[in-house]
Amino acid sequence: MYQTIVFLPLVASLIAGLFGRQIGDRGAQVVTCGALIISAVLSWVAFFQIALAPGDHALNVQVLSWIVSGDFNVNWAFQIDTLTAVMLVVVNTVSCLVHIYSVGYMSHDPHIPRFMSYLSLFTFAMLMLITSNNFVQMFFGWEGVGLASYLLIGFWYKKPSACAAAIKAFVVNRVGDFGFALGIFAIFMTFGSADFSVVFSDVTSYADQSIHFIGMELDLLTTICILLFIGAMGKSAQLGLHTWLPDAMEGPTPVSALIHAATMVTAGVFMVARCSPLFEYAPAALEVVCIIGASTAFFAATVGMSQFDIKRVIAYSTCSQLGYMFFALGVGAYGAAIFHLFTHAFFKALLFLGSGSVIHASSDEQDMRNMGGLRTKIPVTFWMMTIGTLALTGFPFFAGYYSKDMIIEAAYAAHTGVGSYAFGLGVAAALMTSFYSWRLVFMTFFGESRASKEVQDHVHESPQVMLIPLYVLALGAVVAGYVFSGYFIGDHYEDFWAESLFLAGENVMEAAHHVPTWVVASPFIAMVVGFVTAWYFYIKEPSMPGRFVATFRFAHALSFNKWYFDEIYDILFVKSAMKLGYIFWKRGDENIIDRYGPDGVSAAVVRVAEKFKALQTGYLYHYAFAMLIGLSAFVSWFVLGGQ
Amino acid sequence: MENFPLLSAITFLPLLGVLIILSINGEKEIVERNARNAALLTTVATFLFSLVLWFSFDKTTAGFQFHEDAEWLGGGIKYNMGIDGISVLFVLLTTFIMPICILCGWNTIKTRVKEYMIAFLLLETFMIGVFCTLDLVLFYVFFEAGLIPMFLIIGVWGGDNRVYAAYKLFLYTLLGSVLMLVAMLYMYGQAGTTYIPDLMNYDFDPHAQMWLFLAFFASFAVKMPMWPVHTWLPDAHVQAPTAGSVILAGILLKMGGYGFLRFSLPMFPVASEELAWLIYLLSCIAIIYTSLVALRQTDMKKLIAYSSVAHMGFVTIGIFAFNIQGIEGSIIVMLAHGFVASALFLCVGVVYDRLHTRDIDRYGGLVNIMPRYALVFMFFTMASVGLPGTANFVGEVLVLVGIFKVSTWTTFFALTGVILGAAYMLFLYRRVMFGELTKDDLKAFLDLEKREILIFAPLIILTLWMGVYPSTFMDFIHVSVDNLVTQHEASMATYHAALETVTGN
Repeated sequence: MYQTIVFLPLVASLIAGLFGRQIGDRGAQVVTCGALIISAVLSWVAFFQIALAPGDHALNVQVLSWIVSGDFNVNWAFQIDTLTAVMLVVVNTVSCLVHIYSVGYMSHDPHIPRFMSYLSLFTFAMLMLITSNNFVQMFFGWEGVGLASYLLIGFWYKKPSACAAAIKAFVVNRVGDFGFALGIFAIFMTFGSADFSVVFSDVTSYADQSIHFIGMELDLLTTICILLFIGAMGKSAQLGLHTWLPDAMEGPTPVSALIHAATMVTAGVFMVARCSPLFEYAPAALEVVCIIGASTAFFAATVGMSQFDIKRVIAYSTCSQLGYMFFALGVGAYGAAIFHLFTHAFFKALLFLGSGSVIHASSDEQDMRNMGGLRTKIPVTFWMMTIGTLALTGFPFFAGYYSKDMIIEAAYAAHTGVGSYAFGLGVAAALMTSFYSWRLVFMTFFGESRASKEVQDHVHESPQVMLIPLYVLALGAVVAGYVFSGYFIGDHYEDFWAESLFLAGENVMEAAHHVPTWVVASPFIAMVVGFVTAWYFYIKEPSMPGRFVATFRFAHALSFNKWYFDEIYDILFVKSAMKLGYIFWKRGDENIIDRYGPDGVSAAVVRVAEKFKALQTGYLYHYAFAMLIGLSAFVSWFVLGGQ
Repeated sequence: MENFPLLSAITFLPLLGVLIILSINGEKEIVERNARNAALLTTVATFLFSLVLWFSFDKTTAGFQFHEDAEWLGGGIKYNMGIDGISVLFVLLTTFIMPICILCGWNTIKTRVKEYMIAFLLLETFMIGVFCTLDLVLFYVFFEAGLIPMFLIIGVWGGDNRVYAAYKLFLYTLLGSVLMLVAMLYMYGQAGTTYIPDLMNYDFDPHAQMWLFLAFFASFAVKMPMWPVHTWLPDAHVQAPTAGSVILAGILLKMGGYGFLRFSLPMFPVASEELAWLIYLLSCIAIIYTSLVALRQTDMKKLIAYSSVAHMGFVTIGIFAFNIQGIEGSIIVMLAHGFVASALFLCVGVVYDRLHTRDIDRYGGLVNIMPRYALVFMFFTMASVGLPGTANFVGEVLVLVGIFKVSTWTTFFALTGVILGAAYMLFLYRRVMFGELTKDDLKAFLDLEKREILIFAPLIILTLWMGVYPSTFMDFIHVSVDNLVTQHEASMATYHAALETVTGN
């Protein structure tokens, strides 16, 4: 069954990609959607069998041996436990819905089979990532989703901005992979294996040991965990390595929903949760995770408040929500982090697909300044987006309410310095989340339409094939929190997660149930304040944003220009790499090595050769022949004379 | 069959093809057609013949197999042939790449077809000879003789600046080989034999080892090529015809790595260990330096040539990690690079055949009209950046795992090459393939034809095969590499023990 879940999308991808011309657009859609529906259904079966059934049902499935060299032994193999089952459900459900949605969204595109093939390829890579039983196969999936992401961001290859964004995504992810790879090497050197089961069962014997790493004497497990976390930062767009995610919005919107909101970007969260046995013995690394996560949550929220591109707002929101997941991990609330991953997948995919519906309706317009008043024209989309927004902002009894509030409470309950830092920034980010989310809704759906006449005339509700996935996701956004909170973070916690998440100390989520009332209330209050502010700025007093910007010029510039990360990186890395490359090429290779090396010698040779004009007949045969004779004479003389 | 000289047969079969081609006479067109057919037939026959090695190679022993022994020059210098797990795959790589080379020059070579085919067949003999021979002198002859047809291929069928490139190749290689020759003579004088297995067991004086190592290093480093003796490679690639580049990248570069494994490591273990820092340093510089340079190239072939230097940096690092993962990884990187770099040069050849320029700026938007080509090029671009599931990844990960145990600094710097590699390859792909198709001279391009698909298909299959299930290939090398590492550790132990007695007194 698990082979089917994982490999069916690959088969579908190959069929759609290689034989797209033969089977046609419809054929490609049927094959890929069909495969994904089967995979999604089987994933839910697995979820019930593995996660919801009482007891530990984790199992290992061997597929094939992969790399064997000395004591380095890696297999293609699956490890299916609750954590994997949760991810299977998230990935395959969202992927299946996005496949179906794409049938409608991409209906006017000339490259439908290629698009469907990429989507399925992505799903396959993601499944390999989450089902892996070792670090190397996880890395395979890790890079595989990177490839699919690259292909899909650059799907509209005629747009230079899309091509640039695709390369940026791949290269920035490679920077993260740099850390991840080093982490894997360190793990292999320490544990003699890259299999999760071996590594995790052996962690305690390596606690408090040190490693000699690039000239420093460091704590072993902390180093390993931080290296792994650098990989997670790249994939999950955490502060410092986040710059690719907003640009990735150049891809078609279904891609943004699937890859850059619900699944791929959460791979980092999954990885840290998977490695909880390692991180639990590396408290310093957990603190780093917590600080980076909280900072990202805050930073991305500040940027999200001032963007005008509807997809970029949601992209920064994703970045910010991923930050929440990471600081939850950082305080040891693994269950809460994965729970937020789970609920976030529903409502963020809903928001993205909803915004896709908006874009689709308003003739590919993405700038919210050119929208407005769409509420009456595309009511279904409006209501879906509203549900998504309620879930995201944590309105009571919607999905986000359970997971996000739990994270904030857990941060407080950790009673550590970094925990308080995360709590403070988390509440502030919740306020801003509420503000930018409602700002998006108000700017898009309320007020007067600011679109051109032609666009206005064209506005139309999306077809059913696009709306049905929205209904399903909306259902998830409403009930996922209520239905599953007992399992993920509540009373059934231990039975549900079984061995798949590890805790060395106290369960912080237990303490989170007993925090003071003001702590429980604070995210709710933040949400309300954010909503009211947005309402005041964009409904009550529409001149307010302009006046605000004029007053707080610096703060706005910082936010609007994304804290100048792109500009700084451009100077620091891109420009200087280009410059260095040029210097090495022109000065190093040509001006130094060649000039004093072969050119110098050959100049001398030419001078000599000119004296022997007879040899200069223009053909190289002669040189070669002379060389051959000289060579054999040389050899025979020395060898025979040497006796 | 027991005494059939299989290796000699494989080595010299191409010479038979040369004789046949030489005997073709008549009208120009018929001669050319027959020469092509004869060359293809010969190389395919050689490949099929070499498959015997694939099937009957004994993977359980580290000794030399298919051994041949005959009198030759006298004085202990014999005609010795034999292969072990380290060389067998290189022989197969050579015989596998050759038919592809012949096919890729099928329509594009229009002048001196007969001579062109002869040069390639001669080259094949010499290359196979390098990997098969067990005699130092014979090795030297094959090693150096291979230069001549290569020199001619660049010099006669090359681009506009071919003479310069051929000279550069010649000068660099000559310098290295002279030093190696002197070292060989010294070794013969010391050990009294040129039989390679005996030399492997001979203990050269540690002090002498240093000089011997450096002399061999001069030759192998040029062939590899390592920084800073790499500058011949971009020029040679740029000027060579496509098939020449394929041979160069696919096989000739591997001779340096093979040389390190066959000579430097087992014969000069102490020097190898003592000078490993130098190798690491040069390799890391090579990886970062040439990757940055590749970023700025405007010539497609030059870009891939520089990337080759970076990839070869991984090979040298792996070899001098002195452990199983490192060495096996470096062999896999070499084989993988043999497929992938060859394929990338073939990819360049595809568009070069259509537009006759390698200038990246002249292209753009090809994906619009060449979807099949776009797929193939994308596949090999990804293989080149070491995407897991392709052959390069297996090799690179093993090299890095191996070197991590020895030097984390080296791992650290080598890994930056992985980031830069992604940057320059994707940047290349974008400039050539993506964007609107605006340039008029590109609009009439045809997608890959049958012959071209036939060339790429086996390379794609092998790259994937080696990436997904490398055991098929690695089973050949395990025992020999294990033996090499064990031997090395033993000689180092002896050396350290001797050192302690000396200082102890």
